[in-house]
This record gives sequence, structure tokens and C-alpha cells, in this order.
Amino acid sequence: MSGHVAPKSLYFGIFGTLMLLTGLTIAAAFTPLGSFNFPVAISIAIAKATLVILFFMHVKYSSRLTKLTIVTALFFLGIMFALTLTDYASRGWYTNPRGSGPGNTVGPNLQSTSPK
Amino acid sequence: MAAHVDPHGHPPPHGYGAAGVHVHEPHPAHQHHFETMEQQAEAATLGMWLFLATEVLFFGGLFTTYLIYRMWYPAAWSEGSLELDIVLGSVNTVVLITSSLTMALAVRAAQTGHQRPLIRNLILTIILGLVFLVIKFFEYKHKFDVGHVPGPNFHFEGAHAGQVELFITLYFAMTGLHALHMVIGFGIMSVILWMAMKQRFSPAWYTPVELAGLYWHFVDIVWIFLFPLLYLVDRAGHYA
Repeated sequence: MSGHVAPKSLYFGIFGTLMLLTGLTIAAAFTPLGSFNFPVAISIAIAKATLVILFFMHVKYSSRLTKLTIVTALFFLGIMFALTLTDYASRGWYTNPRGSGPGNTVGPNLQSTSPK
Repeated sequence: MAAHVDPHGHPPPHGYGAAGVHVHEPHPAHQHHFETMEQQAEAATLGMWLFLATEVLFFGGLFTTYLIYRMWYPAAWSEGSLELDIVLGSVNTVVLITSSLTMALAVRAAQTGHQRPLIRNLILTIILGLVFLVIKFFEYKHKFDVGHVPGPNFHFEGAHAGQVELFITLYFAMTGLHALHMVIGFGIMSVILWMAMKQRFSPAWYTPVELAGLYWHFVDIVWIFLFPLLYLVDRAGHYA
């Protein structure tokens, strides 16, 4: 069995980067970015996960078949998110002139939860 | 096969390998239906990733639920998230990422055949996992103490108690499923440690260490997403 042996310094480097990104995500969370707080937090989490997958999980040195399997899993995860959220996010768009509101029993009552 | 005589004095191969080609003594872990150890390791890795693909979708269902309710009840998500202890959550993030480092070093030690670093890093990984669960236990205990447990006794002072209860429900469901994976991880790591102590692994065969590592890192990745989604929803106070 001849798996790729990465140098120890690489693992410590990845670890240091993950720690930095953890600090960054906490700092970003306390920074008022309005609606950008969520995308920033998710982007940092995706960056961290990518580092773990590529280096700690050796995917950078894995076969194409393994890479394809991972991309497929993420693709189907994307389908689940995209199709489900387009449904839930758009409920009431055409049944209620004011969007999801008090008159809409299917969708949520956004009037009481929207930021002021 | 009985008539086969190896010029190098090796015993005859077990029915694989072209006749006359030099064939090494098969590794004890080598299954006969694989041509080579490399092919066997590749198949095992692929199988593990297929399992992890189902795990991605398993957790994905909970993440989808989370996204829908967060989209519907942003204010409640902000209130609920502020109830979580950000210090304990951050410490646990550091603990779990560190355990991923020791796990990666354990796999590397197995690859290079370093017995003592392998055992040391496996033990470190198990200890760090335990620290994570102990911290998680105290977080849960606090939730029970203040009545932030979904159910008939749920108690929350705030404008959107019912919606916050949904957030706390998802908090328990997602961190609970994650913690269950940690507990299963212990079982796996204990077996790996036991095998390592019996000197079962070598650079020629360390597949179980590699696959246990993949599992451990996957659980780490789930937490990498849970941390910002649960603890850092609205620390800047946009909705609060």
C-alpha cells in the first residue's frame, strides 16, 4: 500500500490555517455586516472544510474516482438545498399580494419576525 | 499449482499473478479477490467515501430544515443563538480541530511505520474527543437547568418563544446527532488503538487507520459548519 506521505509541516500548516480561520469567523460574527454575516460565516466554514478534505483526508492525492464520488455527494446536497429552499422561499409570492404575511396560512408570518 | 517451482525459493502463489512472474508472499490482510494491495486499499477508500456520501445527505436533511426555519424566523434564530455559550462553543471547535490534527498525524505515523507516534496520536485523539463531549455535556446540562429544553416544560423569556423552541430543537437534534457520531467514533478509535497496540499495522497495510481517520475528519467537518450556524447566528446584533 503506497499512500502519499505528506510532510508533518504540511499538517501543522493546515492546522494553523484552520485555527486562524476559526478566529476570523468569530471576529466576523461580531462585526456588523448586516445580511453579509451569514454568507461570510458560510464561506469561511466551506474554506475550512475544503482544507480538511483536501489535506487531512488526503483527497488531493486520491484517485479521480474518489474525487468524483465526493463531488457527486456535494452535488446532490446542493440539489436538496436548492430545490427545497426555492419552494419554501417562494411560498405566498403569487397567492398573497404582500408576500408571506398574516393572511397566508401556508407560509410563515414574516411580519412579526422581520428586522425593524 | 503444486508443480510450480519459484526460482527465488518463494512458496507458490495462491492462484493469482501470471505464471512465471515473481510474486511476493501475500500480505495476511490481502483478500484474494484483489489483484494488489493498492487496489484493495483503493476499493476500501472508495467504499468509505460512499458511506460518507450517505452521511452528507443524512446531516443534509437537518441542515435543510435549519435553513428553512432560519429563513422564516430570523429574529428567533438570533435570540436562540445568543443563548448558547460562545466560549464553550469556540473551545470545542479548537478541541475538535486539534483532534483532527492528531488523527492526521496518527495516519501519517501508520504510513511511515512509526509505532509509538501512532499509538500516542491515537490516544491524544481519543482524549480530545472526550474533552469535546464533556464540554458538550455541561452545555446540555445548562440548557436543562434554565429550562431551554423543547417540550412541555420549555421556558423562554422573549418575543418569539415558540420559534426559539424550534431553534433549540434543531440545536439538540444537530449537536445530538453529531455527539452520537463522536461516541461511535470512540468505539472505532478504541478498536484501532487496540489493533495498533497489537502491532497489526505496517506501511504495507494500515487501511483501518486511514478509514477511521476519514470518519473522524468527517465528524470534524460537520462541527465546522454547526459552530457558525448555531453559535454565531447574529452576534453583531443585527436582528436582536
